[in-house]
Amino acid sequence: MKVVLQNVTKKFPSRNKKEKADVIAVNNFSFEIPDGKLIGLLGPSGCGKSTALNLISGLQKPTEGKIFFGDDDITKVPPEKRGVGLVFQNYALYPHLTVKQNITFPLENLKGKEKLTKAQMNEKAEEIAKLVQIDGLLDRKPSELSGGQQQRVAIARALVKMPRVLLLDEPLSNLDARLRLQTREEIKRIQNETKITTVFVTHDQEEAMSISDMIVVMKDGIIQQIGNPQDVYDEPVNLFVAKFLGTPPIGVYEGRTENGKLYIGNDCIFDVNVKENKEFTVAIRPEGYALNENGTFECKLNGVEVMGRDISVVITHDNAPEQAIRAIISAENIVDTSKPTVKFDLKPSKVYLFDKQSGERIYYTAK
Amino acid sequence: MNNSIQYEKIEKNAKLRKNTVNVFTYIMLTIWAIAVLFPFYWMILTSLKSYSAYSSETVPQFFVTSPAFENYTEAFTSVPLGQYFLNTLIFTLATTAIMLCIVIPAAFAFARMNFKGKNIVFTLILSLMMIPNELVIITNFTTVTNLNMRNTLAGLILPSVMSVFYVYLLKENFSQIPDELYYAAKVDGTSDWKYMWKVMIPICKPTIITITILKVIECWNSYVWPRLITDEQAYYLVSNGIQEIRENGFGRDNIPRMMAAVVVISVPLIVLFVIFRKKIMEGVARGGTKG
Amino acid sequence: MDNQNKKAWLYLLPALIFLAVFMVYPLVDVFIYSFEESYNFASQTYNGVGIYNYSYVLHDAYFLQALKNTFILVAITVPLSTIIALLISLGLSSIKAVRNLFQTIYFLPYVTNTLAVGLVFMILFQKAPQHEGLVNTVINWFGGQSIDFLGGPYWAKMFVLCLYTIWVVMPFKILILTSALASVKQDYYNAAKLDGASNFRIFKKITLPMISPMLFYLIITGFIGAFKAYSDAVALFGLDLNSAEMNTIVGYVYDMLYSDGGGYPSYASAAAIILFVIVLTITCINLIISKKHVHY
Repeated sequence: MKVVLQNVTKKFPSRNKKEKADVIAVNNFSFEIPDGKLIGLLGPSGCGKSTALNLISGLQKPTEGKIFFGDDDITKVPPEKRGVGLVFQNYALYPHLTVKQNITFPLENLKGKEKLTKAQMNEKAEEIAKLVQIDGLLDRKPSELSGGQQQRVAIARALVKMPRVLLLDEPLSNLDARLRLQTREEIKRIQNETKITTVFVTHDQEEAMSISDMIVVMKDGIIQQIGNPQDVYDEPVNLFVAKFLGTPPIGVYEGRTENGKLYIGNDCIFDVNVKENKEFTVAIRPEGYALNENGTFECKLNGVEVMGRDISVVITHDNAPEQAIRAIISAENIVDTSKPTVKFDLKPSKVYLFDKQSGERIYYTAK
Repeated sequence: MNNSIQYEKIEKNAKLRKNTVNVFTYIMLTIWAIAVLFPFYWMILTSLKSYSAYSSETVPQFFVTSPAFENYTEAFTSVPLGQYFLNTLIFTLATTAIMLCIVIPAAFAFARMNFKGKNIVFTLILSLMMIPNELVIITNFTTVTNLNMRNTLAGLILPSVMSVFYVYLLKENFSQIPDELYYAAKVDGTSDWKYMWKVMIPICKPTIITITILKVIECWNSYVWPRLITDEQAYYLVSNGIQEIRENGFGRDNIPRMMAAVVVISVPLIVLFVIFRKKIMEGVARGGTKG
Repeated sequence: MDNQNKKAWLYLLPALIFLAVFMVYPLVDVFIYSFEESYNFASQTYNGVGIYNYSYVLHDAYFLQALKNTFILVAITVPLSTIIALLISLGLSSIKAVRNLFQTIYFLPYVTNTLAVGLVFMILFQKAPQHEGLVNTVINWFGGQSIDFLGGPYWAKMFVLCLYTIWVVMPFKILILTSALASVKQDYYNAAKLDGASNFRIFKKITLPMISPMLFYLIITGFIGAFKAYSDAVALFGLDLNSAEMNTIVGYVYDMLYSDGGGYPSYASAAAIILFVIVLTITCINLIISKKHVHY
């Protein structure tokens, strides 16, 4: 099922008595989720991503704009008639019901023609339990399950009524690091098997990048960029997106162009086709550095962290506000730690220019 | 698009139903609010009617045009209402103060100190919570009578002091303070007594205030024990005073004056409630039962 | 360590003395009293040991009346007050406007003197010099006959007693139930709503089980409290409850202990122990039922 948001805006009345202006949680959202894809809504906390999810689920109604499932305008449809499954951040499993009762709960609400017999419900519950691999736990209470198992039950409960759209609100945030890795693969697998259009919300960029077919990066209720994870990573449209994606984070420097050359501090990096002389924010991905004794970019060397396959070179620069920037190079390189500085060549495809005021990306080609 | 029209209809119906439910909810809540407030209104109203006006009205009047405030002064002069008040005040303050002096060290001992038999003693004390007052009041009555303490403040106060529930409540709160604080104080050479006063009591102030308020309410409204132990007016508390007024005072028929006395007796706790509304409601919600 | 031991007992000492003198000793003593036959209060002597006191109490018409009154009172007020409190709390938690105001108003009876407000109820139902009292006037408006609520038929008196009892116990129940309802997380309701559960089903399948521990707590304490009813009755009907046919078990205990017919601590003890056994039995039954129905 294709999901389309058309100029959707959600305002909340201000809780602050001094400031009467409404809080705009979601501002003029428009995007289309193709059928059967897994998309991640990504942004720092308070950016409106959960509100966006609630708008799709129908728990909240948009102030303006329209929402479509396929060709149906469902903007005014109550949540229970939308056919969505929602997995809550803390799972919201009913503690007094067994796993099986939790899973069959949505089925028991069906009326009229859709009404199921007890046997049919049990069959469906078992089928879905097998899919999420909790078939041995059906008679337990939620309190007797581990966090990862509870998560699966929550997904099973959302899936059992075969929703048109599956929504996941920070599905992994309550799990420990190892379970998180495992569970995100699991979500991907389940989504692949069921082919249900899935939207999930997260503040963890790694999580979003690793399993999404498409990510939507948000900030302050405004969509910053939409695209497949690699494209967004490679071609961020503004400084916020560039900084938000990627571990280690992107290195940010103050730079300028002079006579068609890009400078950071006194180092002339390379020639660019920007004619005006202007100050820019220069951001360099960690993998954009190449060790070279005669390189064009000189940094102070803080230390080296060996991470097996790679080496992370910790550097500082007078023109960088951050105290520690990491450059990732192959472990085959040898960094001379006795010297106070280190020199790199920079790969132009990993060096981005942004407008100093607006943070918008300035596109250029290096010569 | 047909679907969309249908959905709009569904939503309209849902909204209509929600509004009807809302209206009924407010009606129900308002009815109960009136049921709660009406006795208070009637109490104040009647207390302001003059005796002659009250006795001559053939239909109950819902308003007074010329309030008779003299009912209030007469309530104080024709029965020793001031004496009842003073007694209750002394009784309440003394009982609450002694209660705190006993309960706080006991709770501290259970929460903070290690001694032989701690668990057994604590379990025994907890099991005393289940013993109803009616069971022990009989012997207490004979004890106090035999000690010739009827119609004395001591006889009123001492048996009312102890409350197992408050020991329990305070002990639970004390136990939540991390051990590290205690060890830190020990390293600094703080004595247990000082630690209790300087660290635990300030941290647990909310709970202590709660049990103080609950005890004050309990004392102010206590009726059964004072009734058993006092038969001289000079030692009556307000509850007994009210009962006395009901049986014998004001020639029994001077209802307005009786209501004036009732208003006067009700006011202190209501004022206390208005000031400490949040604290009182939280405290009661945390497990206080009346009496 | 020994030092610490001594110190701990020192901290406990005042509490233990009070408990021993005013709770533990009386507790033992009340059982002894209840078995000492023809105890004389003045000379403090008794004739023998046996169960005569119990059999006297159980054959006393006044006690049987009190027993009947108490059971009727419990059977009416406990379910009724719990259901009304549940309805009001559900209403309270579904509204936002003026909710605080309502909550404050509803709590008022808790902080008022039972005896004092009882007098107000009395005058609402009592005849005034020139008219039939407020309640009867209202009944007359609707074409009904006046009823002598406080001095007339048994059920009229019982009605007033139940009404006042409910009025008095309501604040506590509303407060506990509202906070229980508030502790149910919104997510559960959202999840159920998305699954298309009707309001009634949400209430039955989610709200009720989630607040069931508190509900049972209220029912248990409600039973215990109602069995101990006394001062409400005194406020409405005066000290001589026996002649008003409105005595309660606790009232009987106090009457036996002290008042016009008093001076019989043995009978009082026997009656108090009978009451204790009744309350204990009911509480145990309640606990067994709640074990079956509370899912935590």
